[in-house]
Amino acid sequence: MQLSSQRSYEGSYLEHQGKYKGLLGWITSTDHKRIALLYMFSMMVLFIVGALLGLGMKLELIAPGKTVMEAQTYNAFFTVHGVIMIFMIVIPGLPAVFGNFLLPIMIGAKDVAFPKLNLISWYVYILGAILVISSVLFGDGTPDTGWTFYAPYSFKTGANMLPAIFGAFVLGFSSVLTGLNFIVTIHRLRAPGMTWGKMPLFPWTLYGTGWIQLLATPIVGITLILVALERIFGIGVFDPALGGDPILYQHLFWIYSHPAVYIMILPAMGAISEIIPTFSQKHVFGYKAIVASTLAIAFVGYFVWGHHMFTAGMSNTSQYAFSILTFLVAIPSAIKVFNWISTMYKGSINVQTPFYWAVSFIFVFMIGGLSGLVLGALTANVYLHDTAFVVAHFHFIVFGGTGYAFFAALHYWFPKMFGRMYDAKWANTGWLLFFIGFLTLYGPMFYLGMMGMPRRYYDYLEQFHSANILSTLGSWVMVFGLVIIIVNLFRAAKYGQPAPVNPWNGKTWEWTVPSPPPVENFDKIPEYKEKEGPYEY
Amino acid sequence: MSQVIHHEDHYDAEGSKIGMWLFIFTELLLFGGLFLIYSVYRYRNQDAFHLAAEELDRTIGTINTVILLISSMTIAMSTTALQKGQKKITLLLMVTTVVLGIVFLVNKYFEWGLKFEHGIFPGSEHMKTTMSQGEILFFGLYFVMTGLHALHIIIGLILILVAYVRITNGTVHANRPSLLENAGLYWHLVDLIWIFLFPLFYLIH
Repeated sequence: MQLSSQRSYEGSYLEHQGKYKGLLGWITSTDHKRIALLYMFSMMVLFIVGALLGLGMKLELIAPGKTVMEAQTYNAFFTVHGVIMIFMIVIPGLPAVFGNFLLPIMIGAKDVAFPKLNLISWYVYILGAILVISSVLFGDGTPDTGWTFYAPYSFKTGANMLPAIFGAFVLGFSSVLTGLNFIVTIHRLRAPGMTWGKMPLFPWTLYGTGWIQLLATPIVGITLILVALERIFGIGVFDPALGGDPILYQHLFWIYSHPAVYIMILPAMGAISEIIPTFSQKHVFGYKAIVASTLAIAFVGYFVWGHHMFTAGMSNTSQYAFSILTFLVAIPSAIKVFNWISTMYKGSINVQTPFYWAVSFIFVFMIGGLSGLVLGALTANVYLHDTAFVVAHFHFIVFGGTGYAFFAALHYWFPKMFGRMYDAKWANTGWLLFFIGFLTLYGPMFYLGMMGMPRRYYDYLEQFHSANILSTLGSWVMVFGLVIIIVNLFRAAKYGQPAPVNPWNGKTWEWTVPSPPPVENFDKIPEYKEKEGPYEY
Repeated sequence: MSQVIHHEDHYDAEGSKIGMWLFIFTELLLFGGLFLIYSVYRYRNQDAFHLAAEELDRTIGTINTVILLISSMTIAMSTTALQKGQKKITLLLMVTTVVLGIVFLVNKYFEWGLKFEHGIFPGSEHMKTTMSQGEILFFGLYFVMTGLHALHIIIGLILILVAYVRITNGTVHANRPSLLENAGLYWHLVDLIWIFLFPLFYLIH
């Protein structure tokens, strides 16, 4: 460590010496801040693997026919890419990293309600990740079903599915434990004076997310167990040959996996709702509307799963119902966008890296959201189902939404987490390249889908060639931006200028403790007086 | 740097109870998925489900139901005994619960064994040649749901045994009863699920 920063590091969670030294000190620590970093680094490794797989797929699609890999390899690529990115990155992403780090500090607590359980959740997460990876490394045949494990193919294929399915189940278990921990933490450990109406918005969204994790994940858990049992014993529940119904699998899968989209996006919205007031130096516009729309999204999000199955065979009545509900869920999301824009209005805007990320989040999130309405409309859905359009929409929402918010949050809270500032110029360059690359990568896919290019094929017709080249070029630019961002942050963590307590003039409680925070977060538990609250500028 | 940090022993009985209830909620939803599948298939194959249910032994089912109900009572009594500080009675009641749980599992073992002897098990050729699809589904669900329930019994027993050890070494006592209370809650959940499984498989016509 640099001499210059000795003072600010003293007594911080990064320096604190517990029972063990070095790595062992980290993987046995129940400090929520250390667990957050454990998650962050494990996710970073997995994210790089997932991103490389994505890069490989785009390289294959640079020309029609076989370019660099066989059809079966391509199937394995999109399956493993999907499983890693969905179950290990975007679902746990913001809650496990920033939720763990910031939730206790933002509500004025010393730790989460169950610190040991918190550490166990991380181990369960790692176990799940190892199981999934082992399905790639061992056995014959990498999983090739897509991340959705659709029956009956998932128990008919010769590929090594069992570890992947169990891995997804185990990852779900970790997610449930984290959600449970956060809910109890928020109920029991808020500091004196922090009523529900004074809780910052990021914890609010974590609360909504916790409930979705709790209520939705068990359903996919049992569904995955059934697929595994189907593979091992042939119980018949999803096997049409034995009287089972594969469509029922799809229902059960999406009853979880659609709300899972809101597990991904709600904490992302929460992070954005913290960043925008800080960089507008203004009270967040419509605090209550943001809270209410968070809960509305969590609630309505349960009843829209059928829109993944419009072409799978369901009655007209259910199609209408699911379509209308899908439109309804867009309203609370739009309310939030309105609130963010209104927060900026007449604010004194401080254009910094997190703000760039937040604004570009709103931009790509709106494209993703509006294209979601196109897919939610019945007639358009029949035409666009299983085309590249769906892939584009999905990546605009999940990668554009959650991914951008993750980077926004990372650049916002980085000084707090590591106690050092990053180089803003390089961070902005990385963001710009990433943003341009992102649009070039996924934008053409909307067009390709409209023209009828199906998803999940390693090959395509000659007429789709030029748009695919553009898309592949975009993937290179985006990854280049990503490399700049990561290298810049690593450099900053080691050599950056020591960060002040409150570099952005934020008003929530994490900006009142030293950067990096001490082990117990607060010397004295903070308190809100009657007139006080977050976002008072 | 060796600054000593005093994590004052954080004990929040209310919090741990909320946590346990939430966890129980997820368990109910886990089985909820299975109940959903059961009702869909029962609706589609009413006659076959009726026919297949005739194969099950109602006597063993009833005995097992009574056993679990009594065990729920004994674990509830042990919690009360702990609160009153009667350590010996607490431990005795816990042992009774564990014994009853094991008797339940033994019964289940013989019940399953008999089915296997008759060629009724998932993937059996006998089933594929002699049974309708509805009956195969019934037994598929029967083995999955009672099997998963048995697994929960085992987890419940382990929890009670952990609580037993913690009571004997004094870390769980009248003022810190959370662990036993939560183990008891979990045991009630296991009981509750059986209360639904029993009529669904053994009684309904």
